[in-house]
Amino acid sequence: MDALLDVRGLSVDFHTPRGRVHALRDVDLRVPRGEVVGLVGESGCGKSTLISAVMRLLADNAEIRGGQVVFDGRDILKLSERELRRLRGERIAMVFQDPMTALNPVLPIATQAIDVQYRVRAGKTEKRRRAIAMLRRVGIPDPERRIDRYPHEFSGGMRQRICIALALIAGPDLLIADEPTTALDVTLEAQIIQLVRELKDEVRGSILFVSHHLGLVAELCDRVTVMYAGEVVETGTVHDVFHRPRHPYTQALLLCDPARIEAATRDLPTIEGEVPSLIRLPEGCVFRPRCPHAFERCLAPPPLYAAADREWDAGQGHAARCHLLDHG
Amino acid sequence: MLIYSVKRIGLALIIVLVAMTMLFSMIYVVPGDPASIALGPRATPEMKTQLIARMGLDQPLPVQLVNFIGGVFRGDLGVDVWSNRSVAAIVLEALPHTLALTALGLGWSVALGVVLGCFSATHRGSWLDRAIGVLSVSAIAVPSFVVALYSLLAFAVALKWLPAIGAGEAGKLGDQLRHLVLPAFAIGLGWVGYIARLVRASMLEVMGENFIRTARAFGLPERRIVYRYALTVAILPTVALLGVGIGNLLSGAVFAEIVFARPGVGKLIYDSVLNRNYPVVMGAVLVTTMLYVLATLIADLLAALLDPRVRANF
Amino acid sequence: MSAPTSEPAFAAVAPPEESAFADALARVLRDPLGALGAALVLLFALSAALAPIIAPYDPNALDVPARLQGPSLAHLLGTDNLGRDVLSRVLYGGRIALGVALTAVGLSLIAGTVLGLIAGYGPRWLDNLLLLLFDSVRAFPVIMFALAVITVVGPSLETVILVVVVTTIPQYARIIRTQTLSLRHTEFILAERSLGAGAPRVLLVHILPNVIGPLLILASMEIPVVITVEAGLSFLGLGVRPPTPSWGNILNDGYAFIRNTPWLVIAAGIPLVLTTLGFTFLGETLRDVFDPRLRRD
Repeated sequence: MDALLDVRGLSVDFHTPRGRVHALRDVDLRVPRGEVVGLVGESGCGKSTLISAVMRLLADNAEIRGGQVVFDGRDILKLSERELRRLRGERIAMVFQDPMTALNPVLPIATQAIDVQYRVRAGKTEKRRRAIAMLRRVGIPDPERRIDRYPHEFSGGMRQRICIALALIAGPDLLIADEPTTALDVTLEAQIIQLVRELKDEVRGSILFVSHHLGLVAELCDRVTVMYAGEVVETGTVHDVFHRPRHPYTQALLLCDPARIEAATRDLPTIEGEVPSLIRLPEGCVFRPRCPHAFERCLAPPPLYAAADREWDAGQGHAARCHLLDHG
Repeated sequence: MLIYSVKRIGLALIIVLVAMTMLFSMIYVVPGDPASIALGPRATPEMKTQLIARMGLDQPLPVQLVNFIGGVFRGDLGVDVWSNRSVAAIVLEALPHTLALTALGLGWSVALGVVLGCFSATHRGSWLDRAIGVLSVSAIAVPSFVVALYSLLAFAVALKWLPAIGAGEAGKLGDQLRHLVLPAFAIGLGWVGYIARLVRASMLEVMGENFIRTARAFGLPERRIVYRYALTVAILPTVALLGVGIGNLLSGAVFAEIVFARPGVGKLIYDSVLNRNYPVVMGAVLVTTMLYVLATLIADLLAALLDPRVRANF
Repeated sequence: MSAPTSEPAFAAVAPPEESAFADALARVLRDPLGALGAALVLLFALSAALAPIIAPYDPNALDVPARLQGPSLAHLLGTDNLGRDVLSRVLYGGRIALGVALTAVGLSLIAGTVLGLIAGYGPRWLDNLLLLLFDSVRAFPVIMFALAVITVVGPSLETVILVVVVTTIPQYARIIRTQTLSLRHTEFILAERSLGAGAPRVLLVHILPNVIGPLLILASMEIPVVITVEAGLSFLGLGVRPPTPSWGNILNDGYAFIRNTPWLVIAAGIPLVLTTLGFTFLGETLRDVFDPRLRRD
């Protein structure tokens, strides 16, 4: 069954004064229809670049070196700007990380909510009505009056809800949430997650949930992909990846997750070493310099191997980019 | 917002008062008796006596000052002993011409400046952007009276497309507009460069903001993003600058009125300077200065008002 | 908290290293506008300085039968209404412009620095008073202020310089004041004072090096303005007294005889335009190179 979003072998470089930054290397990502897929990794691993590439909103100095981004059968990378605009907002919608700066400060919410529906053939009153209904759905109290307010009159949590509402108004097939709760405090985060959970069942489409918060991803997602330094290192169902992680990086990441710490301690576990420079990559496996299990084979870059207990079939099953999984 | 407004208005008032004091005191700073200083060597003794009487120049300075300031707020700017008319009347007669010129100059320069600035910002790095950049800097640098002279030379004297002198026939709007074209062009040219640069920089900054990225992510048409989303935010600093622009243009208007022999406050001041008629000069300069202060005040308040974030702190 | 060691404290206000300075200068010259500006400024300075040597005629030598002629081999830029050679007058006019520029900018820099230091370092009421004075001077459109002063004092080159100085002092003073205020209470200043350093030493050694950059940039941007104001007032007949040539009063003559010949206006206008453009291009490039943050956009 073909997936809604199928990223195949995507490689993206950035041209910077210090050299070519290999931000994404041969990245595969699949979002099946109707599923919630998580994308995790630390800051700088390439999650945002991947998202921007999917939306074709990369910076001017970015260069797509290869690969495909197939959305509902069509390669986004080959579409014209006009065709892209038809996708954005209507079939793929995005919720950004920082709600405080995501909305235009000098336009009232109503204007922005109606603008977002500009493709819809309906009168302003109808669009306004839909906007109000969606605001109510995401939990904004008294939406008929508050829709005419300005963004700064809402708190951060409310603004994020508004952003979610805007994203959902057109009923997109794919909702991309780029770390939607990172900028919010814990209580607000819980509320937003609760909202997403409720909406998950209503939203007919798929959700791509980007986060560095493993616990959230575990709660919300069906499948998860782990990225490190511009590559996909592990992918599988949430259960597989989080309970039987195969890649040393994933294992280390889970160990470091504060939620997992059982005994009170002063020393938080960390992963030794530093994220490598994306301009000068280490030879072979990108995690090799920090990997406790590295051996001589690791000098050759590993492909994605199927985890022994599952079939790996481009998207189904469980796989990790580590020579330790090579059984044949 | 309210507190800001009050403070701002208060400051403006104080500045006007200090300016008035400065202007008034100038005849005392120079050695010599005030009446002679004010009227120059051609004044007859009767005129001097009249001036002293009408303006109370024989009273102690602080009293004079208070009288003068009080008079200004009542609309009395003193009297012109040469023509025996009130200075206020003379200035008010000349003012509309200068205002028309300044308004037209500001209007066209802002309109063109904004368009060029937007264009530069959305075509950043292109040769056209760079050309506009160089032209903007050049326009700012070149003195406006030279522009006036050259445009007089080119369009009025050599090509004879537009009139060289005067304000046109009273009552005939078309004719008056024709006479305004070259002077308005001359005083506005520098400001086009200023505005184009400011809008470009403002737009570039705004286009990098997150809410623009959001608008793009929703697939909004680029046109709407540039004008409705970016320009509405980027234009705010320009509004604040309009007040300063008026001061700039008023200075340019003095030269433009002289080069094109137009009636107006600039020409009035100039003639009065040549005639050594300080009461008129003082009155006219005071009026223009107050207009300038008022313009900057309104521009500042308007800029604050247009930004809903500032407005909200009412 | 102990007083910081000398090295980091002084490093914060160390004057720019020689190599960095030369390097920045090279960057200015590599930019096409910067190079053009520098060339024009150099042309202006050289022609003004060497005027007595390169001018073909005495600028005041009359030759009335040859009046109002266009450019010719004998008179490269033609003659004016009294038969004087325009090229020579223009060259000498450049001397006036240069003199005014240097004098006015120099005086305002010094006065502005002094006032700025007083405002920043002195008591609060003095600071407020000075600020009020600065704002009040800026409330006048410059020409208006000049005209008012000239009415009372009488037209002359000195008056022009006086007016220009008074109206430009506030800008320099503000920069100095801001620097002074911000450094006034920093730790190493307090440490120095506790060691007995007097106010003058503090001012000279610590504050000035920090402000040299912005001041120089401001000065280079002010020079074209100063030249323009002098030319403008001379054009109105209220500046340099005839027969001394200034670009402004040559333009005045040109304006009076504009229907007879365009050459006077063209000849005097061009050096004025080129000089102001040159300084402005140079100043802009300097600003971009030394501190892009200073863009007054």
